[in-house]
Amino acid sequence: MALTGIQIFKLTPKKNCKECGCPTCMAFSMKVAQGAMTIDQCPHMSEEAVATLSEASAPPMKTIKAGFKAFADNKNDSEKEFALGGETVLFRHEKTFVNKTRYSVCVCTCMEDEKVDARLKGVAAIDYDRIGDRMYVEFVTVNCCEDASPEKYAELVKKADAAGRALILNVKDEACAKAALDVCKDKKPILNAADASNYEAMSKLATDAGVVLGVSGASVEELYDTVAAIEKLGNKNLILDINMETLKDTFAAAVFVRRAALKDTDRTFGYPSIVNVAKLAKGDSHMQAALAALFTMKYGSVVVVEEMSYAQALPLYGLRQNLFTDPQKAPRIDPGIYPINGGDENSICLTTVDFALTYFLVSGELERSGVPCNLLISDAGGLSVLTSWAAGKFSSGSIAKYIQEFEIESKIKNRTLVLPGKVAVLKGDLEAKLPGWKIVVGPTEAVQLVKFLKDMQAGGQA
Amino acid sequence: MPFTKKLQKFNATIRTVEVGTGDKTTKLGGGNTLPFYSFDAPTANTAKIGIEISDLGLAHEPDCIKEVYAGCETVADMAKKAITIEGVDFLCLKLEGGDPNGENRPVEELVAVAKEVADAVDFPIVVEGCKNVEKDAELLSKVAEALQGKNVLLMSAKEENYKNIGAAAGLAYNQLVGAESAVDINLAKQLNVLLKQLGVDSGKVVMNVGSSAAGYGFDYLISTLDRVKAAALGQNDDSLLMPIITPVASETWSVKESTATEEDMPEWGSVVERAIDMEIETAVACLACGTDAVILKHPTSIATVSKMINALS
Repeated sequence: MALTGIQIFKLTPKKNCKECGCPTCMAFSMKVAQGAMTIDQCPHMSEEAVATLSEASAPPMKTIKAGFKAFADNKNDSEKEFALGGETVLFRHEKTFVNKTRYSVCVCTCMEDEKVDARLKGVAAIDYDRIGDRMYVEFVTVNCCEDASPEKYAELVKKADAAGRALILNVKDEACAKAALDVCKDKKPILNAADASNYEAMSKLATDAGVVLGVSGASVEELYDTVAAIEKLGNKNLILDINMETLKDTFAAAVFVRRAALKDTDRTFGYPSIVNVAKLAKGDSHMQAALAALFTMKYGSVVVVEEMSYAQALPLYGLRQNLFTDPQKAPRIDPGIYPINGGDENSICLTTVDFALTYFLVSGELERSGVPCNLLISDAGGLSVLTSWAAGKFSSGSIAKYIQEFEIESKIKNRTLVLPGKVAVLKGDLEAKLPGWKIVVGPTEAVQLVKFLKDMQAGGQA
Repeated sequence: MPFTKKLQKFNATIRTVEVGTGDKTTKLGGGNTLPFYSFDAPTANTAKIGIEISDLGLAHEPDCIKEVYAGCETVADMAKKAITIEGVDFLCLKLEGGDPNGENRPVEELVAVAKEVADAVDFPIVVEGCKNVEKDAELLSKVAEALQGKNVLLMSAKEENYKNIGAAAGLAYNQLVGAESAVDINLAKQLNVLLKQLGVDSGKVVMNVGSSAAGYGFDYLISTLDRVKAAALGQNDDSLLMPIITPVASETWSVKESTATEEDMPEWGSVVERAIDMEIETAVACLACGTDAVILKHPTSIATVSKMINALS
């Protein structure tokens, strides 16, 4: 937890020298507390005080980087590695969640070759765009069974690496871990290997290879002690494997770890977490879907399933996208022409705002109607219909400008445009601005669109 | 220093609302921890699952649901079948045929269906209206009258029609009132206060604070549920201590992930699997934020979610 202005003030020299640019030391302290200035901007601060303060003002949960991204998350993403953890709040409404949950499938040395191949092939199949974000399986977890030889494990890791995704090495044997790292350490895998019995050796392996070390424990208490011991060795590049014997204990561990880190600023637990739901619900794809959703909501930084189907992925990635949006920023849709039900140049046009929620409601109802149509989305500031209209961002002028800029008239031959019922007042103005178009006032609520469109279709208007 | 588990204790407890009569009842709410935090305090009462059937029978249902009710001729037959499905805690009869923009079935006909179902099964019942506020005002009031003595939950009273439904269900016929608001903690609170001012016993109110499918503006629902639970438990806010019920199936079965055919979306695979996982994941996400009861449709979803609830409590 960040320090308050008063706590920082106590550590300042209290000379009011103004050299930092602030009128008083108190004013400076308040700015540091808000994050507007940094402590080293005071020339008279003792080294000891600086150390205390930077320790206290460090984030409660580390951001750990591992693996290379197969694809950028979206067009604004320039990070090459995955950032995990770094959260500052327990609930999204308190601020915002920053580093989204990543998903992994897994393969094991005990699986038959054909099965491994099929599963790795399946990884590439999940790859699609959802409101500007690229959705795919980010990691492949490679399990090493107890009886597997280092050669066999390294072979499997090599095969998994060929799938082109970041790797998680689930291995307890030192020789196997070493063999695997020799094959793939340049790819920055997560070496999920340390526990109470082997942490010294594994920590050394991870540090030498420059990779993140995964730590597990039979209980939350044991996990804590092991992490503390590894930190003492100087390794703070860690991720916590919070799987316990049962689902109930695993869920408890997920919450205890995150709560200790963020609420009680216990930095020993200030690391991201891996949850392996494949282990908790072996062979039950529906239960794995349920648990993947559960641990996306509650504090899994990486969630491992056996394999990922579209059935599991579509709701899961949608859920994640919603969960990790900034609650202070409305999600928006890119302006453009969105054909629905096979709409073409002869299909009726409807328009609404670029607020993602509105778009989803409207496009969902349009799909339900089965009537081919074109949904025209213009830039309305990402606000709902009435709000953007009130703000002047959804007006006859903005719609007419959009029709011109997107060259709608050369792309679509149909000249009927349906307006949201809530902005019926725009009709007259729009008719004047768009000669040749027939402007129709639609329903006020999206749910009424199905009947509205079907009626229009029956009347030969759509 | 070893790790000591710090438990989060609340002084407030969500009210328990019992639906149904006799030995066939189900209890909604009653928790005093955040959802599934059974390590903070023992789980007094687990989250519940309802199964949804419609007055329109099976005509509009996808094939995988038709299979479940194969051989059923009436809605009452469906009800009898539905309550035998593993994991089901209550029955939800949706009178969607009343929608003036849809089938527009007359109120008397719908009340007769509700009566028939209630007579056919000895099981906790939730009756959902058709979503049209004017029609529901009349419809749900009449249903409340017809099912007197069954202690059913009527969904939902909204800001526009809470007076009719609240008065009929909560005051005149001693039923339970569902209070529905649009994904906002303040609207939820306001409606609960209005119902209280009307004279409805707060112990007979269950909230529906809105619903949506995962990926469809679900962020608003997450934050509303999180905040309602935080205010109820953390601040002992009496006007938010009602249990929360979330109709999940009615949202998830209409989104394109659940409806797009395999011919249209060959790479997406089985439409049945997609619909089931969409229902499961949305339900789990709702439960993880504080919903006390979800309404689902497919037996596989119900079995999976039920198993998870039991494993976590």
